[in-house]
Amino acid sequence: MKFAVRTAFAVLVVLAVPGSALAQNAKDPIEGWNRVVFGFNEGLDKAVLKPVAEGYRAVVPELVRSGISNVFANIGDGWSAINHLLQGKPVAAAEMTMRVATNTLFGIGGLFDVASDLGIERRTEDFGQTLGRWGLPAGPYLVLPVLGPSSLRDTAALPIDLQWSASALTDDGATSVGLTVLRIIDVRASLLSAGKLLDEIALDKYVFVRDGYLTRRRSQVYDGEPPATRDDEDEGTAPTTNVPAPAASPASAPK
Amino acid sequence: MSLFKQVLAAASLTLAVGFVQAQAPAAAAGGADALIKQVSTEVIDTVKSDKAIQGGDVSKIVALVDSKVMPHVNFQRMTASAVGRNWRSATPEQQKRLQDEFKVLIVRTYAGALTQVKDQTVQLKPFRAAAEDSEVVVRTEVRGKGEPIQLDYRLEKSPAGWKIYDVNVLGVWLVEQYKSSFAQEIGSGGVDGLITKLAERNKAAAKS
Repeated sequence: MKFAVRTAFAVLVVLAVPGSALAQNAKDPIEGWNRVVFGFNEGLDKAVLKPVAEGYRAVVPELVRSGISNVFANIGDGWSAINHLLQGKPVAAAEMTMRVATNTLFGIGGLFDVASDLGIERRTEDFGQTLGRWGLPAGPYLVLPVLGPSSLRDTAALPIDLQWSASALTDDGATSVGLTVLRIIDVRASLLSAGKLLDEIALDKYVFVRDGYLTRRRSQVYDGEPPATRDDEDEGTAPTTNVPAPAASPASAPK
Repeated sequence: MSLFKQVLAAASLTLAVGFVQAQAPAAAAGGADALIKQVSTEVIDTVKSDKAIQGGDVSKIVALVDSKVMPHVNFQRMTASAVGRNWRSATPEQQKRLQDEFKVLIVRTYAGALTQVKDQTVQLKPFRAAAEDSEVVVRTEVRGKGEPIQLDYRLEKSPAGWKIYDVNVLGVWLVEQYKSSFAQEIGSGGVDGLITKLAERNKAAAKS
């Protein structure tokens, strides 16, 4: 595994060199290529995924949809429990195990999220976060075909994450493909309103998604409290410079 | 007698100092996190009791945000941080336009999130701050079905009370998030280019 990651790093560094003259962002050395894949994903989403997800939401009753989401989430919770353990967080691991046991037993195989009603919260962890916890940096930003934003580290971890969810459900290849498709539709359907919002608030959607992804992943690795990296040199915020008196503060509505 | 007085004075002073030290952090904490608690609760309660807002009535949501949230936000600082070093070289007119357009964008983001509110509650996480802190972070979690949503605030002390100057949703600080997009627009079209881009985005969204 370690070797594979190192090799992948080396390959990427070599790939990135020719483009590095153009690169503006150190975290995104292959921005040109990433934008191509991003464009492809956007096209695919518009042509196929989004319409299918909308249809799914229109046709399938909410109770069934939430049951499907819950089953997938329950399997994910088991994986989170293992990753909590791998990260040396036995209490969280035990809680997530309790969650899975509760939902599997009393939630009829995970169809209902009884554990949430009982106050056992979901704390998701995946293998990418575990690698991060172990000290592996995220590496360059990567946009994967179909799957979207990732980093070199998270891409390396992805097959292991996928292996878990696939093997938890079935050994049969065809069924597994079907379930993966269902899962992608399920995830896309849950993001329909978020996707619309993203289109409205992002100036450059590629940059917005990239920065959001990298920051969020970093925050997840540190369980929501990453060490500060704020660089003050480029902040035009020094409260002493041309800040008007509080009475004229921008909080009052603009005309 | 005079010794007794001195001891008494010293004792009462010690007591007073002790009292102040015990009280001050609580009072300061009471300021920032109580404000967040109060504002979040008010907003969520309003959304829950208002069918028009749940249905996505943007003008009503904007009115809600303007009346309940914006008085507690230092929007100038938010905009200045997001714009970065170019803020100081911008003219007052440019600064005002940047602020106005950015505000429309942010309020819409917030409004979009509010339409998703159903049975959630906001809970404050343990708050650590010293009495003399003029800038604090208040951490909260929005709890509903499934995984709690992280929602943190950076606040600064001002003569008019605590003011929010950055918001963290799911681990991402909003101002940081906009920084590189803003820098990119300024890089290609200057400050005016950024203003135009923001205005375009706002117009397009207003139509849809």
